[in-house]
Amino acid sequence: MNTVRQLIAAATISLLALSASAFAQSGNADDPDANPMWQQVRASLFKERPIISPADDMIVLEAPSRAQDAAIVPISIKTRFAQSKERYVDKLYLIIDNNPSPVGAVFHFTPLSGRADIETRVRVDAYTHIRAIAEMNDGQIYMSTRFVKASGGCSAPPGKDAAAAMASLGKMRFRVEGDVAANKPVLAQLMISHPNNSGLVMDQLTRHYTPAHFVRKIEVSYAGKPVLTADVDFSISENPNFRFYFIPTGEGELKAEVVDTNDLRFETALNVQPEK
Amino acid sequence: MGARVLRFVLPALVRLMAAGCAVAAAAEPPALAPLDLIEIADGVYVHEGKQESWGATTHGDVANLGFIVGSRCVAVIDSGGSPAIGVALRAAVERTTPTPICYVINTHTHPDHVFGNVAFTGMDPPPQFVGHARLAAALAARAPFYLNALERDLGIAADPALIVFPGVPVADTLELDLGERVLSLRAWPTAHTDNDLTVFDERTGTLFASDLLFVGHIPVIDGRLTGWLSVMQEMVKMRPARVVPGHGGVSADWPGIMAPQEQYLRAILDQTREAIRNRVTIGEAVERVANDAATEWLLAEQFHRRNVTAAYAELEWED
Repeated sequence: MNTVRQLIAAATISLLALSASAFAQSGNADDPDANPMWQQVRASLFKERPIISPADDMIVLEAPSRAQDAAIVPISIKTRFAQSKERYVDKLYLIIDNNPSPVGAVFHFTPLSGRADIETRVRVDAYTHIRAIAEMNDGQIYMSTRFVKASGGCSAPPGKDAAAAMASLGKMRFRVEGDVAANKPVLAQLMISHPNNSGLVMDQLTRHYTPAHFVRKIEVSYAGKPVLTADVDFSISENPNFRFYFIPTGEGELKAEVVDTNDLRFETALNVQPEK
Repeated sequence: MGARVLRFVLPALVRLMAAGCAVAAAAEPPALAPLDLIEIADGVYVHEGKQESWGATTHGDVANLGFIVGSRCVAVIDSGGSPAIGVALRAAVERTTPTPICYVINTHTHPDHVFGNVAFTGMDPPPQFVGHARLAAALAARAPFYLNALERDLGIAADPALIVFPGVPVADTLELDLGERVLSLRAWPTAHTDNDLTVFDERTGTLFASDLLFVGHIPVIDGRLTGWLSVMQEMVKMRPARVVPGHGGVSADWPGIMAPQEQYLRAILDQTREAIRNRVTIGEAVERVANDAATEWLLAEQFHRRNVTAAYAELEWED
């Protein structure tokens, strides 16, 4: 009978709570500067340096205002200028204020990147501001911010087919898109099959958390010279997926090296022959 | 066959709560909906869940549930989206027949189908819980997420004991003899989820299709789109006299009742593949793919773009 009593208690609590079913959200759409987590991140990454925001003529972050699947939120960061030796984005920070680890990615670009644009997919754990912050070679900092309504992305169960996900770990796809012309920015896509476990999901049978196991570094080079280096964490969705640019100066190998938190290393390469 | 409508309300539960908890009485909580059960075939009872979202307004009562009565045993097929629904379902069985509940079958891992399980655990003797061989792992991985949702949306404290794991795993097929009637259970490859299980009552030809079949309620992809379409091609070979979908009305029109779902899933498949071929990004695809095909479904606003997201993430790995 104990169980029945517990059930009745549970049902009672349920009914009492119904009238107050709206649950608290820590994210506030109104004031992007007020979040204490952001203030901490800002202090640790940029100290007192000024951040110019909005700066739509320099950088724009695109993200859905309400995400359909908190574990796969597509985002796109677009810069409004080409990378050049004189003026280029050195580092691009992707910050998700209310995620357990707010610094989702730091992308390092070079003039050879062509454009410092990135598309990827992220997990969003609670209603939050997402920020794309470009640190220029001259030290200027520009930021674009969007508020995204989604929740549970980091603590969501990884994968819709757990067995298949582990079987294909480390498989990669790498391709370039469109016409490949020499000395012009070319769009490339890198796909990495990886569960990117956040370490925040508890296995209710074993009572253990599924160990964190995620891609932490990506290095892309063209003809031996770096075009994109990324330090990433589990805010990046399962099967990390990046679209970015590079400039082929002549025939060469586009190469991606990926390292995860278990020090597993994966590598893929592509021969690129630009039309003259 | 005259369908006998059994109406099982929760008055006893509500009275107990009012007596035991003055606060609850004073707060005049909204009444839980009555649990209607229809005898759709001899000894086969079905409760049709509401075609709405799982959450407070529906008390979690959104999935189809049922039970089948043999001469020795009763098998419950899915237990409902909250412990209270499980209690009501168990009461319904006990009022219908003195035959003991030997089995509680879970057709897959989703909370609207399994959160009533706990209502059956205190029975003497307790029934066996039966599910797909991959159900336990899926429940284990998702339990914290589902418990959070239960607390957030239904206000029920997240207690790990509310997750009841299957003791009888079905890797392929399994026959359950209820006494003068045999149920054929079949575990499917990844489709709606990676742990879908159907139940076929040989005596009346009734198929409990699990969420492998949605009627009215938009199909939800939480497994593998291509796998689901292949599973449907296999399911067509079955010859049920009537079918109980996971959501939506019971139907004798087989396999016709599955056609709208197939059209919708094919539209997503074809248009998502085309989008990927044309280098349309996932963000753009989610806005455009198969919007026309989605309009005729209930809850499209809630699930369609999510389906496209899932389809894209799956299909972009195709060769």
